Amino acid sequence: MATLKLDGLKKSFGDTKVIHGIDIDIAEGEFIVIVGPSGCGKSTLLRMVAGLETVTSGEIQINGVRVNDLEPMDRNIAMVFQNYALYPHMNVFDNMAYGLKIAKTPKPEIAERVQTAAKLLQLEDFLQRRPRELSGGQRQRVAMGRAIVRRPAVFLFDEPLSNLDAKLRVQMRLEIRELQRSLGVTALYVTHDQVEAMTLADRMIVMNDGVADQIGAPLDVYKNPATTFVAGFIGSPATNFFGTDEVTVNRNKALMSAFSDAERAVLEKPATMIGVRPEHLQVCEPHDAYLTLSVNYSEALGAETLIHGKLPMGTAITIRQNGHLPLPEGGQELGAVWSENSVMVFDQNGKRV
Amino acid sequence: MPRANESGMVRKRGVGYWLTHLGLIIGVLFIFFPIWLAFVASTVSQQEIVRPPMPLWPGDQFIENYTAALFSGVNVPVAKMLLNSLIMALGIALGKIVISLLSAFAIVYFNFPGRRFFFWMIFLTLMLPVEVRIVPTFQVIANFGMLNSYSGLIFPLIASATATFLFRQYFMTVPDELAEAARVDGARPMQFFWHILLPMSRTNIAALFVILFIYGWNQYLWPLLITTDPEMNTIVMGIRQMFPSGDDVADWPVIMATSILAMIPPIIVVISMQKLFIRGLVDSEK
Repeated sequence: MATLKLDGLKKSFGDTKVIHGIDIDIAEGEFIVIVGPSGCGKSTLLRMVAGLETVTSGEIQINGVRVNDLEPMDRNIAMVFQNYALYPHMNVFDNMAYGLKIAKTPKPEIAERVQTAAKLLQLEDFLQRRPRELSGGQRQRVAMGRAIVRRPAVFLFDEPLSNLDAKLRVQMRLEIRELQRSLGVTALYVTHDQVEAMTLADRMIVMNDGVADQIGAPLDVYKNPATTFVAGFIGSPATNFFGTDEVTVNRNKALMSAFSDAERAVLEKPATMIGVRPEHLQVCEPHDAYLTLSVNYSEALGAETLIHGKLPMGTAITIRQNGHLPLPEGGQELGAVWSENSVMVFDQNGKRV
Repeated sequence: MPRANESGMVRKRGVGYWLTHLGLIIGVLFIFFPIWLAFVASTVSQQEIVRPPMPLWPGDQFIENYTAALFSGVNVPVAKMLLNSLIMALGIALGKIVISLLSAFAIVYFNFPGRRFFFWMIFLTLMLPVEVRIVPTFQVIANFGMLNSYSGLIFPLIASATATFLFRQYFMTVPDELAEAARVDGARPMQFFWHILLPMSRTNIAALFVILFIYGWNQYLWPLLITTDPEMNTIVMGIRQMFPSGDDVADWPVIMATSILAMIPPIIVVISMQKLFIRGLVDSEK
């Protein structure tokens, strides 16, 4: 159990800058999820904390101690890898015990710790099996068991669920969360899946191209995204973005009533973007509408319906509405309004106003 | 692993099935025939061999001929030559494996300056057959005073570019995460090598051992050059030494018995390691 502090952390490979400076203070027992698209540097960041990548500049502190130059094993961390990285020739027991054996832990203690972890992870019946005789979910548990038995200060997860099927992923997600809570260990978890990020995180770091666009609690990030990138990445289907010129019908009314003074000032400038989440748009009568769209097609998912359409200037737009509402057909013209306080304005740099 | 006879190919019965087998049996007989002749020749007396037609069925001199070969031979007892060959073949095979494993480990897992250069240097030597460098090698060994010694037989052949290359290729298929996981677990590089890489490579090692053992066993030119003392003869070249020069009569039954004896150790190695050997060639066990 420990605190973790990243201070101005940067990484370059040769001339290529991969991470442009990350600062975060992580409290004891906090579950932090680093989320972002492929290539945004989130795995690199995790591997730097693990000690598998060197730090170009900045500082990593675990429990207030600078660990930049320490070997992974001396950092008191444990890592769960995406493809589990189990030793294929060792059985489950040996896989979990390997780190302890290297550390010359006494045999009875190894056995006891592995048994405890196995019990926790429901692996007791599989201790003598080889990894290839296990299912994906079981391998995943062994990988976590290997991390648990070392009783690390910080847990590091590198997309641990991406090799599992959808159903198992949901189940393991809950298990990881429960486990982390019950052990009270600080955890750093990398994923590209925003659902994992939303459900697991105490706080999340949304990364974009080596920059932490936003750090915050999942719901805060959802409600108040700091940039167009965050607004587009968090939430599914993605937030709709359109220029002011798309707001055709009742333009004045819409602009007057929906935006704050600061926002209105920005809206006059070119390249300003308006963002509205699909779930905050409702179909309405044409004369009340802020937006007019022509429907391309609708996806009925049962509980909800996704209406995909085009605004007059050609911007694609998605509306998410309750499944019991009538299904619009392709080619139909619809009016739409956004609910109060749900509209977001971004300046020409993509920053929220 | 599903066996072949459960899945397609050999399953269908009928004329084709029997024809296939007939073809295979003829092929086997064809290949086996010379060995059979050698075996027959090793069980009859000298007179029976030289008198045409050659006998096709074993005679009654089996024990006499093999005893003669093993314990007195022509120049030196075959048992001694077998021992020499065994030491040389084991030395070459094990030495090659140890050295290649370590050099492949260094090339794949350590980032030292000139890594690629060294790899390509090793790889280049693949293209040089032993014969090309045999004169300088002989000079070196002679200067070290290693003529007529086991070290002289083994050391010049102990480095293997092929095996280094194979192990390098295998190590490169081992996921990086495994090395990283070991590092997080606190394993030092050599601990990673011993505890993880080596056990994972065991089928490859077995396959290579078989190939290299036979390679070492069949060495002919090199032992011929550096062993002048019959006590140091290896069996493969020893057979050649048994042929008399001039007008002496070749002791065919003993020579044939020696040939048969020379085949046995490689056969034992192949058969006893067959399972591992095939697994080493077929699956990579990840």
